[in-house]
Amino acid sequence: MTVFNEFTIRFANVNGSGSASANTMFAKALFRMGIPVSIRNIFPSNIQGLPTWFEVRATEREFFGRREHVDIMVAMNAETYEQDVASLASGGYLLYDSTRSIPSELQRDDLELIGVPIMRLIHPEFTDPKQRQLFKNIVYVGVLSALLNMEFDVLTNMVSAQYRGKDKLIQPNIKALNLGRQFAETYLSCPIDIQVRRTDAVGDRILIDGNQATALGCIYGGATICAWYPITPSTSVAESFERHASRLRIEPETELKKYVVIQAEDELAALGTVIGAGWNGARAFTATSGPGISLMNEFLGLAYFAEIPAVIFDVQRAGPSTGMPTRTQQSDLLSVAFASHGDTKHPMLFPSTPTECFDFAALAFDLAEEIQSPVVVMSDLELGMNELTTDELKWNDARTYRRGKVLNAEQLEGIEKFGRYLDKDGDGIGYRTLPGTHRDKGAFFTRGSSRDEFAVYTEDPGAYTRNMDRLLKKWETLRSLIPEPVFQNNDSNYGIMYYGTTATPMNEVLSILKDEGFEFDTLRIRSFPTGNEVLEFINCHDLVFLVEQNRDAQMKMLLVNDLNIPVEKIYSILYYGGMSISVDFIADRILRILNELKVEVHS
Amino acid sequence: MTFVPKPRVHHPLLDVNEIGLKRRDYEAAVSTLCAGCGHDSVSAAIIQACSELSLPPHRFAKLSGIGCSSKTPSYFLGNSHGFNSVHGRMPSVATGANLANRDLIYVGVSGDGDSASIGLGQFVHVIRRQLNMVYIVDNNGTYGLTKGQFSATNDRGSVSKKGVPNLYAPIDLVSMALQLGASFVARSFSGDKQQLVPLLKAAFLHKGFAFLDIISPCVMFNNHTGSTKSYDYVRDHLEEVVRSNYIAPRDEIEIHYEPGTSKKVQLHDGSQLNLTKLSESYDPSDRIGAMSYVQQALADGVVVTGLLYVEEDINECHDILQTIRQPLNQLTEDALCPGADKLKKINNMFR
Repeated sequence: MTVFNEFTIRFANVNGSGSASANTMFAKALFRMGIPVSIRNIFPSNIQGLPTWFEVRATEREFFGRREHVDIMVAMNAETYEQDVASLASGGYLLYDSTRSIPSELQRDDLELIGVPIMRLIHPEFTDPKQRQLFKNIVYVGVLSALLNMEFDVLTNMVSAQYRGKDKLIQPNIKALNLGRQFAETYLSCPIDIQVRRTDAVGDRILIDGNQATALGCIYGGATICAWYPITPSTSVAESFERHASRLRIEPETELKKYVVIQAEDELAALGTVIGAGWNGARAFTATSGPGISLMNEFLGLAYFAEIPAVIFDVQRAGPSTGMPTRTQQSDLLSVAFASHGDTKHPMLFPSTPTECFDFAALAFDLAEEIQSPVVVMSDLELGMNELTTDELKWNDARTYRRGKVLNAEQLEGIEKFGRYLDKDGDGIGYRTLPGTHRDKGAFFTRGSSRDEFAVYTEDPGAYTRNMDRLLKKWETLRSLIPEPVFQNNDSNYGIMYYGTTATPMNEVLSILKDEGFEFDTLRIRSFPTGNEVLEFINCHDLVFLVEQNRDAQMKMLLVNDLNIPVEKIYSILYYGGMSISVDFIADRILRILNELKVEVHS
Repeated sequence: MTFVPKPRVHHPLLDVNEIGLKRRDYEAAVSTLCAGCGHDSVSAAIIQACSELSLPPHRFAKLSGIGCSSKTPSYFLGNSHGFNSVHGRMPSVATGANLANRDLIYVGVSGDGDSASIGLGQFVHVIRRQLNMVYIVDNNGTYGLTKGQFSATNDRGSVSKKGVPNLYAPIDLVSMALQLGASFVARSFSGDKQQLVPLLKAAFLHKGFAFLDIISPCVMFNNHTGSTKSYDYVRDHLEEVVRSNYIAPRDEIEIHYEPGTSKKVQLHDGSQLNLTKLSESYDPSDRIGAMSYVQQALADGVVVTGLLYVEEDINECHDILQTIRQPLNQLTEDALCPGADKLKKINNMFR
């Protein structure tokens, strides 16, 4: 039976062999045929030589999550043959280079073996060793185009577009595509039972990764200063910001820049620069990952206590310490939420898709200025570095930046005595002034030490306590400003809560559970703190699963601390192996717990 | 600290400067440092320099780290915003502030613990960035607020108040600033107002990174016999190599020339700096020569002071980054947001 537009393919390559661009071309060709895709680049912390995998899921049913087994394996790395063969689902297809005899590891009775003598095909056609290496990747894309019945001109058009201006690269690439395609058409039975066909399932969506969408959100959100220190997997946030800003933020008359990117000496200086800029009224951000957050603790405490806006993107990776720098996790929640010594807490936003990365990036700048405090957007490697089919980015031109309470010279004229930390509006948020605003009114001293309502240093217990209590009031004000959770009602007594990239596999998980007779209501948490919706959700369900990608159930700990939720109802589903959490893992664990609890199947 | 409040009433005949302000308009809260602290003399010199230059106080932004020195921005220019940040991190905060608004005058006050130990990395990198600011180190060779530990600028063999000698070689911030490319490098002594005030004036008008290492003795913990940062020791070992006289653009050039060779330096606002070389062998426009002179003096145990190096017309941070003339913090949606139509085109890049 032929399956259309539903499969997962994995490419096993050697890092640094140029495979990622060929594999991306393959994925994008499917996308351009109208098929929704998700991509996972599973790469090592290495520039050349170690194994790397690239996974593409084509899914008209919108099942973008990772599965434990794949349908097609393109096994191009001898070092990982055994593992790669094991990862194929029964009945799957194994494409390998048959220039040399079949290695014994490739033997599995339940697989379709597709041998293509790739090196032998390439050898007479290309003489340059580097080209031979690169075009090996293009040849297997050509083979796949025939096996899967892809529209060939989609691929050739992509090659032409990609190398426009470097025309002499177009022909050899197309030649390599043809080598593979013609071999397959001549010697293999094409197409196989997994096929693609043109559809309009993509609609007006786009294929973009979270880091690029974040960078665009920063541009649209009015950020002018980016200060950062390179760290995987956040690096492409700053680099994309610079690339897009260099086109979108140039003053036409002078060709000068309406933005700044500072590659700082470390993460401390990166956040320090952001805080200096925020203090002086510019929208500024930094992008980092867990190790950077550890270093930024001191400055996060300062910004919290001195009440300075700052936006931080934490693209999380597997910790602790250096951990697994190129693997994904949601394990920085606790270290961000309470970063720095003393009583501190910081709001976090949890985007689930690249589109939400864009929206939350722009939102974060409004929030940070409104509450005069750091706001941390919690992405992760899975979301930040992998392209996903996602809603197109939208902007309403009527939208204005919410710059928070900043007094100008005219407003200062009308004030008898300016008090930076007075709670005039009862929401815990004072009015601030920017340096240089007024000749003799509104100047104050910003400090990380205790001060009274008029910004004067004090160690008076009353003044200190009033200030700490006002910061708590601000925390409560914040609850009404942050994105509310997304609720999906199926009239069930059982609930599942999740956040960030744990959302990606969830629709398929729900479908599997439904097939098993279980329906669930769901709540996708989008911020910390949350509103009371989370407490209500837990209260009105008999049991609630909370799915996270960390060992210690960090979101659960936060909710217990923040909302005093009834913990006995919460069942944590925790994956922390560093791959993105799989559909199979979640469904299996939930079913196992339901079975242990002897929960009866619906109707 | 001093317990004598400043008088509220001013003498009516007290001088006003060109923008109609009195010296009092440049003052601020009463210092809480120890009586006789060199840092208070530095603050007083800042007040005098700014007042005499007729710079509007509210156009300054004062930044500091942590320590006795870092408290001092509370004690001068009370009508300007101040930011007492975290230990050793003032340079990065100053970087962000300056990038946000290039039109203010940035003065950072740090100490030897703040800049030469915990903040050495930030000190180095703010110089590399050529940030347009005045960076003052009140250098007393000791940790005052924690009661007298050696700092990294203390000389080997210098003796603590308890009689313990310092075992380690000193870090010389002037040498570092010269090597790293600072465009204005000076050393002075808090007890030498005649030298310090003109140096500060020149620094405030200099475009680029102006570094002043000011030996500023700690009267409590580092002013005893055996210390190389005491008032007596510094006075005995001080050698002024280049004297600077600031000449405002409007002033008639009628300056008393000191004996020795002199050199005029044009500052970016049209004013001039008249440098008098007191040492024949010294050229303040020769960076390598200055470095070698300073190294020799260090070896000889001589504290060379004065404007040791100055280079005008350099590219400061904003020039290097090619930012627009208008301060970034003044840009609004119109200038910053590319708009919905543009976003449609951007979306197409991802199809």
